[in-house]
Amino acid sequence: MTLNKSLLIPLGVFGLLVVFLALGFRLQDPHLLPSVLIDKPFPEFELQDLRQPDQLRTLADLSGEVSLVNVWATWCPNCLIEHPELLRISRETDLPLYGVNYNDDNGKALGWLARHENPYEFSIVDDKGTLAIDLGVYGAPETFVLDASGVIRFRHVGPVTPEVWRETLLPVVEHLQGMSDG
Amino acid sequence: MIPEFGHFSLILALGLSVALAVLPALGVYRRDALLMQTGPSIATGLFVLLAFSFGCLMYSFIQDDFSVAYVANNSNSALPLQYKISAVWGAHEGSFLLWTLIASGWTLAVAAFSRGLTFDMKARVLSVLGLLCAGFASFLLFTSNPFDRNLPFHPADGGDLNPLLQDFGLIVHPPMLYMGYVGFAVPFALAIATLTTGRLDAAWARWSRPWTNAAWAFLTVGITLGSWWAYYELGWGGWWFWDAVENASFMPWLMGIALIHSLAASEKRGVFKSWTVLLAISTFSLSLLGAFLVRSGVLTSVHAFAVDPTRGIFILMFLVLVIGGSLTLYAWKASGIKSEAQFEWNSREAMLLINNLLLVVATASVLLGTLYPLLYEVITDGKKISVGPPYFNRVFVPIVCLLFVAMAVSPFSRWRRTSGEVLLRQHWPFLLATPVVICLVTYVVATGIDVIVIGVETLAVWILVLLARHWWQAGSISSASQLGMMLAHAGIAVAILGVIVTITYSEGRDVRMNPGESIALAGYDITFEGVQKVRGPNYLADQAEFNVTRDGEFVAKLRPEKRFYSVGQNVMTEADMDPGLMRDVYVALGEKVGDTAWAVRVHVKPFVRWIWLGGLLVALGGFVTLLDKRYRRIRELVSNNVVGTAT
Amino acid sequence: MVRILWVILFAASFNCFAAIDAYPFPDEQLQQRYDGLIAELRCPQCLNTNLAGSDAMIAQDLRREVHRMLLDGHTDDEILAFMYERYGDFILYRPRLGAGTLVLWLGPLLLLMFAGFVWFRLARAKPEVLEINTEEQARLDDLLRDSDP
Repeated sequence: MTLNKSLLIPLGVFGLLVVFLALGFRLQDPHLLPSVLIDKPFPEFELQDLRQPDQLRTLADLSGEVSLVNVWATWCPNCLIEHPELLRISRETDLPLYGVNYNDDNGKALGWLARHENPYEFSIVDDKGTLAIDLGVYGAPETFVLDASGVIRFRHVGPVTPEVWRETLLPVVEHLQGMSDG
Repeated sequence: MIPEFGHFSLILALGLSVALAVLPALGVYRRDALLMQTGPSIATGLFVLLAFSFGCLMYSFIQDDFSVAYVANNSNSALPLQYKISAVWGAHEGSFLLWTLIASGWTLAVAAFSRGLTFDMKARVLSVLGLLCAGFASFLLFTSNPFDRNLPFHPADGGDLNPLLQDFGLIVHPPMLYMGYVGFAVPFALAIATLTTGRLDAAWARWSRPWTNAAWAFLTVGITLGSWWAYYELGWGGWWFWDAVENASFMPWLMGIALIHSLAASEKRGVFKSWTVLLAISTFSLSLLGAFLVRSGVLTSVHAFAVDPTRGIFILMFLVLVIGGSLTLYAWKASGIKSEAQFEWNSREAMLLINNLLLVVATASVLLGTLYPLLYEVITDGKKISVGPPYFNRVFVPIVCLLFVAMAVSPFSRWRRTSGEVLLRQHWPFLLATPVVICLVTYVVATGIDVIVIGVETLAVWILVLLARHWWQAGSISSASQLGMMLAHAGIAVAILGVIVTITYSEGRDVRMNPGESIALAGYDITFEGVQKVRGPNYLADQAEFNVTRDGEFVAKLRPEKRFYSVGQNVMTEADMDPGLMRDVYVALGEKVGDTAWAVRVHVKPFVRWIWLGGLLVALGGFVTLLDKRYRRIRELVSNNVVGTAT
Repeated sequence: MVRILWVILFAASFNCFAAIDAYPFPDEQLQQRYDGLIAELRCPQCLNTNLAGSDAMIAQDLRREVHRMLLDGHTDDEILAFMYERYGDFILYRPRLGAGTLVLWLGPLLLLMFAGFVWFRLARAKPEVLEINTEEQARLDDLLRDSDP
C-alpha cells in the first residue's frame, strides 16, 4: 500500500510530545521554584534589628561586599538542621552572614539564638513577612547570595548543608569575590 | 505467606498475558484454528490469576499486615474497615494492580461476549489486549510491586491513609475511572486488529460501538463522582479545577464522545472510516498518557501519586511502543482520510463532523494547557509558568458553547439532508417563548441579565423539552440506541444548565462569626450556634452547629467539622451542606479567630446538583445503548444456529 | 538527608487546603475583586492550589497583602504585577500574553479556525442531486426516519 504522507502527522506530533516528556525528567524538583529576583537589587526595607530593637536596618547595611542573607525562623525545623553549617561559615570564612527572622516572635528568636549560638552579623525582624514577600520567599530556610553592590546573584531554597555550601554556594561566592576584586 | 502468593500469582499472570499476546496471533499467522481459539481460555486464566493477586493484597490490608510496605504506607489499625479495603487502591502500586485487573476483566469480557466476531478478528483483538496486559503486568512487577515487604524490621502500625481519601468517594471513584480508561483498550484493540487485516469495513465500527459506549459511560461516572467528591470534601465549594489529573481523565472522555459519534457514522454511512480508527487509537492513547502524567511525577498536582522517575521512564517507553507502534501501523495501513460518501452541509454527517472537529480542538486545547508548563520549563531551561482555570475556562467554554448549539440542532438533521424547516414551522411559538420566559424569571430572581447566560439556558431548555416531547410521542423511539442517545444528550443539557446557573448565581462569603450571630445570604438566615469537640474512629474534631432558616422556617441543621487525625497529624476540613435539587446550602469551618469567634465560609449554590445528576443521566444513556436489540438479535440468531459462531 | 527534606516539604503542603479568612471589605465590589484575585493567584508553596484554597503561611501572608492593596486603592493589574515581580509567571494562573505564551493563547484559536476550514472543505462538496417526485420523497422520508439514529 502506498504511504499517504498526511497519515504520518499524528505520529510526528506524538514523537514531538515524547521528546518533551522525556526531557521533562531532567527538570528539577517540582517543589522548587526558581527565583525571579536574580540579578535584581535586593529590595529596599527599613526594619528593626533583632538584638538592638531601637536600631533600624536598611539596604545600606547589606552593601559593600559579597554577603549571604539567610531567611530563618524558630518554627522552621530545617533551619536548625542547617545551623551548624552556618555557624561554621561565619567562623571559618570572612563572608558576612545576615539573617532575616521571618514571621517570628522576637522573644522566641532571641532565645533560639542564645541556645544555638548566633552566626549572623545581625538579624532583621520581618515579623509580618513583608521583606520575605519582596524577596519572593515561599518557605524557610532560604539563602541569598548578594554581590558587593547589593544585587541578588543566587538563591538557594532549603537547608545549607556542607554539601550545598561546597558545591553550590561557595563557587558563586568565589566567582563574585573574584569579580569585585579584579 | 499471602503476599507471596499474591506476588507469585502476578508473575504467573505476566506469563499468561505474554501467552495471550503470542499464541492467538501465531494462530492467525499460521492460519491455525486451534491456536486462534486459545484466546478465551488464556484470558480466563489471566483474569483469575489477577483477581487472586488482588485478593491477596486486599487480605493483607484487612489483616493489617504491615510487613507489606504498601500496606504500612497506606493503612492503619484504627482505620475503619471500608477504608482498609478501599485503601488497596489508595496509592500507586495498588491502584495500578486494580487497573491491570480491570484490563484483564475487559479482555475476558471480549473473549466471552463477542460472538459476532470472526475467529480471525477475535484472535487478533485478544492478542492486542494480551500485549497490553503484559505491559501493565511488567510495569507492576518491575517498578511498582505492591507486595514488597518491609522485612526484617516492619512498623508496628501503619502510616494511615490520607484523610482526604477516607471517604466514600475513594471507594467508587477510582474503580469507575479505571473501568473507563482501560475499557477504551477494547475499541483500540479492535482498531489495531482491523488495521492488521488491511480491510476497513463497517463491521469494525459495529463491533466497537457497544464496548466504546460502555467504557465511556463508566468514565462519565468516574469523572462525575470525582467532581462531586471534590465539592463536598475539599471545603472550598468548587467542583472542577482543571488540575492536571482532572484533565487526564477529561481528555479521553472528550475524545470518547467524538469516537462514539464517529463510530455511529462509520457504521451507518460508511464515512470517516479511517478517521474513526485514528480516533480509537487516540482515545486510548490519551488514557495511557493520563496514566503517565499522574504516575510519573512530571507534572505537579495535589492529586498526583508520589514521584518516581524510574516508573515515569517505564511508562514513557510503554507509550512509545504502544502509541508509536499503533500510529505507525495506522500510517502504513489506513487508506487516507477521504469521505466515501457525499453529504450536504446541513446533514447529519456534517453535524457529526462538527462534533468531531470541535471535540478534537477542545481536547487539543486542554492538552496544550496541561502540558504547557512542562514544555515551557524544558524550552527555557528551568523557568516556571502556571496555566490554570482562567486559561482553561477562557479557551474551553466557547468551544463547548458551539458544541452545545450543534447538539441542539442535530436531532433535526437527517442523514444526508435536514428537516430544519419542519422544526421551525411546528415549534416556533415554543422556541420564541423560552428565552423570553427565562429572561423574566432571571429578572425576578436575580440581579442582572447576561445575554450569554440566557442563551445557554435557552438552548438547554429547548433541548430538554424537545427531547421530552419526542419521548412522549409513543412509538417514535425506535431502539435502545436512540433512547440512550436521548438520555445522554438530555444529561449533557442538564449538566450544562447546572454549570451555567451555579457559576452565575452562586453566592458565598467568608465571615467571622461569634456563637449566636447570624448572616443572611440569598434569602437564607444562617445562625452559628457554637462549637463542640467530637471524637471519631481515628480523629478528634471541632464540630460547629449552624441553624439554617428561610423566612423564619427551619431548613436544616449543618455540622461542619475541623478534624485532627492523630496518626498522620493532618488537619482536615469537613464541610457540611444541605443538599437540594434547586440549591445547596454549604458551610465550612475555618480557624478560630480571637477568643470566641470563628472564620466561616457560607455558600448558597443554586442548581449545583444538576451537574452531577446530569452526569449520571449521561452515563445511564451510555449504558442503555447496550440494551439495543441488535446485539440481542445476534445472540438469538447464534443460539438458534441461524448464524455460525466464532467460538 | 534528602528524604527528610522531602518529608518535611511534603508534610508542609498538607495545610494547602480550604483556608478561610474573614477579611472585611467596605463594599461588595472590593469583596468580589478580592475573591477573583485570590482565585487567580497560585500558592507558591503548594502543589497546584490557589491562594483561596491554601492554608500555607505564605498564602495567608499573600492574601493579607492582596487585602491591603485593595484597600489602598490599587487596581487588579497592579496587584497582579506586584505578585509577578516577586514570584514570576508561576504565581499567575492566567498566563501573561507574551512571546513565551503566544502558542498557548493563539493555539486553540488557530486550531478552531483550521477546523472550520476543514469542515468547509469536506461539507461543501456538492452531491449529485437526483430527481424524485413527491410520492417517492415521502416514502424516502419515512424510511430515513425509521432508520434513526
